[in-house]
Amino acid sequence: MGETETGGETLRARHVLEYPFRRSLGPILERFFTGLTEQRFVGSRLDDGRVVVPPAEFDPVTAAALGADRLTEVGPGGVVTTWTWVGAPGPKHPLDRPFAWALIRLDGADAPFLHAVDVAQESAMRTGLRVKPRWAAAPVGSIRDVACFEAEA
Amino acid sequence: MRDVAIISFAQSVSARESERNEVEFLMPVVREAIAASGIERSEIGFTCSGSSDFLQGQPFAFVMALDAVGAWPPIRESHVEQDGAWALYEAWVKIQTGEVESALVYGFGKGASGDLGEILALSLDPYCVTPLWPHADSIAALQARAWIEAGRGTERSLAEITSRSRRAARSNPHAIVSGDETPDELLARPYVASPLRAHDCAANGDGASAVVLAAGDLARSVCSRPAWIRGIDHRVDPASLGVRDLTRAPSAELAGLRAGVGRDRIDVAELYAPYAHQEAILRQALGLPETTNVNPSGGALCGHVMMSCGLQRIGEVARRILSGTADRGVGHATHGPALQQNLVCVLEGE
Repeated sequence: MGETETGGETLRARHVLEYPFRRSLGPILERFFTGLTEQRFVGSRLDDGRVVVPPAEFDPVTAAALGADRLTEVGPGGVVTTWTWVGAPGPKHPLDRPFAWALIRLDGADAPFLHAVDVAQESAMRTGLRVKPRWAAAPVGSIRDVACFEAEA
Repeated sequence: MRDVAIISFAQSVSARESERNEVEFLMPVVREAIAASGIERSEIGFTCSGSSDFLQGQPFAFVMALDAVGAWPPIRESHVEQDGAWALYEAWVKIQTGEVESALVYGFGKGASGDLGEILALSLDPYCVTPLWPHADSIAALQARAWIEAGRGTERSLAEITSRSRRAARSNPHAIVSGDETPDELLARPYVASPLRAHDCAANGDGASAVVLAAGDLARSVCSRPAWIRGIDHRVDPASLGVRDLTRAPSAELAGLRAGVGRDRIDVAELYAPYAHQEAILRQALGLPETTNVNPSGGALCGHVMMSCGLQRIGEVARRILSGTADRGVGHATHGPALQQNLVCVLEGE
């Protein structure tokens, strides 16, 4: 509850929009994000044999629970499977200069995931481009522990 | 199954509702739909709405919209945090239970008050995707490029879809944008998120829509040509963009099959495709032939009210059946990134 005060004719009240709950990652995503702090990528094997990154707690096709025994290390290198260009990045974006969004399939994985790719210009992007992660200096267990991806030398 | 029909439809769309709040622009739409239904407001058995508290910026914001409906004496009411098309589905189920004979369904949203594409990032995976803040146009562009590189279409295909939609929208008084550009003229414009150009992305606006549903004998007694719901189904694909084939919409294929789209010819289809390539993906998913008139309203590309657009697609088809200009049609609604969720409604006149 905010403090209410009367100022002339107008009633004013402080209103704080907040999310007063704590969320936990659960047993599978926890391993993925812990892996990122150690500069490793962890995926998981689905019932149909495909390896997905980030790992899934439940099979997206069969909905079966997938245990920690399905976890497997993948990457760190990978390949761009589709992409688009961000010519005017916003303040929340991972990079403050024009960059590409891409779906990146890590080596050893079958399903790609979204991240940013730092290349100098749009003409340097293409599907099939080999990329590697650039790790954040101070990892906190977030998808942003990967600062972005960049072209392999 | 009970026969249920749409007996009236009303809509209001504008590029920006800067003067009126949701209740103020919803009320005339609800009144118009009820007046056209021939059923007294007090006789309507159930009320169901679709809207998003994220767009209004406060929890339980939808409750305020009940001021537009009139909730005294007390009414039986429900809400879905989804497009109004899903509210229609709930109302259809409610009538199927036999508890009520009629229902008012509405959807509304102010999608143009903020940057809708950025707000929609909040509906993505909260750990793995939202912290990156991809714009909705960017997510759609990833799908569009995958679709093009799989050989399903070209940038010219996108321009042809957009050109046709903008020309169709010229005769739709509820369209936000329209035009008479050729595909070549559209292809000369810059990308907003390659391979998508601004005109390949929905023109976002503010507004509302409403329909009245009635069961068998009641529908026949108040309406000369009800738009009967012959099939309705909704399905969901995995949320993760990486685990599904983005060049297809498997959930739309399944929903279309179960709703019975292919059982007879389809005169008209209104597809909720906020991006040009998604119209082509949906057309294929539903197996629509070249003879079907797709998006004669101009579709979402020419006027997109988040949380109302899907109900409007169903309403646009119903309107044509009610007036006798079409016999059988399909209305479609989508939700989530890159056509993740799909609802298909087959309507038919007698």
